[in-house]
Amino acid sequence: MSEVHIVGAGIHPFGRTDGRSGLDQGIYAVREALADVGLEWKDMQFAFGGSSAAGSADAMLPHLGLTGVQFINVANGCATGGSSLLSGYWAIKSGEFDIGIVTGFDKHPRGAFNPDPEASGLPRWYGDVGMMLTTQFFALKIQRYMSLYGITPMTLARVAEKAFENGSKTPHAWRREPVDAKTILQAQMLSDPLTKYMFCSPAEGGAALILASDKKMRELGFKGPRVLGAAVRTRVNGSFEVFSPSLDIERGPSPTEIASKAAYEMAGVAPTDIDVAQIQDTESGAEVMHMAENGLCQNGEQEKLITDGETRLGGKLPINTDGGCLACGEPIGASGLRQVYENVQQLRGRAEGRQVENANIGYSQVYGAPGLSAVAILAA
Amino acid sequence: MSSAAQAAAAKEADAPPMAANLFEIAADGPHLIGGRRKSDGRVVFPMPSGAEGQKYDAVKLAAEGKLWSYTIQRFRPKSPPYMGADDEKTFQPFALGYIELPGQAIVESRIEVDTFARLKIGMPMRLAIVPFARADGKAVSSYVFRPVQ
Repeated sequence: MSEVHIVGAGIHPFGRTDGRSGLDQGIYAVREALADVGLEWKDMQFAFGGSSAAGSADAMLPHLGLTGVQFINVANGCATGGSSLLSGYWAIKSGEFDIGIVTGFDKHPRGAFNPDPEASGLPRWYGDVGMMLTTQFFALKIQRYMSLYGITPMTLARVAEKAFENGSKTPHAWRREPVDAKTILQAQMLSDPLTKYMFCSPAEGGAALILASDKKMRELGFKGPRVLGAAVRTRVNGSFEVFSPSLDIERGPSPTEIASKAAYEMAGVAPTDIDVAQIQDTESGAEVMHMAENGLCQNGEQEKLITDGETRLGGKLPINTDGGCLACGEPIGASGLRQVYENVQQLRGRAEGRQVENANIGYSQVYGAPGLSAVAILAA
Repeated sequence: MSSAAQAAAAKEADAPPMAANLFEIAADGPHLIGGRRKSDGRVVFPMPSGAEGQKYDAVKLAAEGKLWSYTIQRFRPKSPPYMGADDEKTFQPFALGYIELPGQAIVESRIEVDTFARLKIGMPMRLAIVPFARADGKAVSSYVFRPVQ
């Protein structure tokens, strides 16, 4: 089995780029990644790509070159990017390929998604009465968590404040203006306890990463972070997921907890080894809960850690150093790859203006409907 | 149940349920209908339909339980799928949440409460059947939970 390294990384700025299709944003990211290492599209032995709302990812091929490359479209909800990475990781780890690319892009219409009950296997009345909103799920999950573990609304506001602060230092971020915690707390309430600044928005963007075996990397004279572990896991009984008319009384682990444990085990590292983390922050509460679900703290410790600024740049464990989904928005096909892109920049010492000093181990986790999570752990 | 309460329940049930096998009004008042999986006793709501339904026995769910979590829907949900008769101007925020029915399941429901600030996780809640005003004017009844007075 080969070790897997990320030798090149490219991104198209997230947010809104009027007049540029999602596909073109994906192509832009791929070309950036290739330019990052001075390679050409014909050098790619495989590609895994995903897009949820901006067409088929392999529509990039006529633009990049019809080289006959193995191109596989990946669709795995909000964890599409993480799943593309995992697919590329296995392709190289298996010894079948030496070098290839994983990519994703998207361009979503403005505002919340329009879910279809029947497409999710749910009765129509569930949507009729107004219970089929992802925003409600996030609010319901954090509301209970706050009640169990003493998390305050101010802590939710501080998470968003940090996101916009980090976004203001990140060229690929969408929201680049800092917003203070008080403004966030007093903004329009969308679904209690979450105000409008505490939710991320669907957006646009593209990201691409070039993976190589250690042998190929040496041969080409490249350097790049090693993928220590990567895992995707789906929901089990007792997990609280979006669009659930009923839940089991006996609660179980979340897909994030399972994916996280598997990735730590593969990587042979402990949560205390992590220097920088990008975790799913669909809304402020998700970041708070995912800190514990990823083993980065115990349930309830977030209140003090966040109040003390430990998750900000300069803190003990900087989280979502590029502003996360809150500041970058969430183009589904690209979002998980953005997290890994940011960790690659951090581990290569290229995160200018937001660099975590001596970052050696980077952790990323993307979570999405209908209940799956993808984790990747990288070492510089 | 008092005769007045029975009369009220009968009146509430005037409009047909918004879906078949969703709830029933028994002698002791309304109940949601769940499904108990024959293989392991797991209780789900609503009762699964079609081929999946063959694996479940219909079960009357408890009419009272405890509030497990809640939120307030502050903006009008997108249509589709939302079918409320209101529009952007007339929409009134509503509460919803999960109610833990002892020994059965935690069910999601819209919640009726006079003041949102009264809602507290753990508070006792009771099922009621109420009319639901649909955009297409079709008369249907839906279910809600209310704090036990």
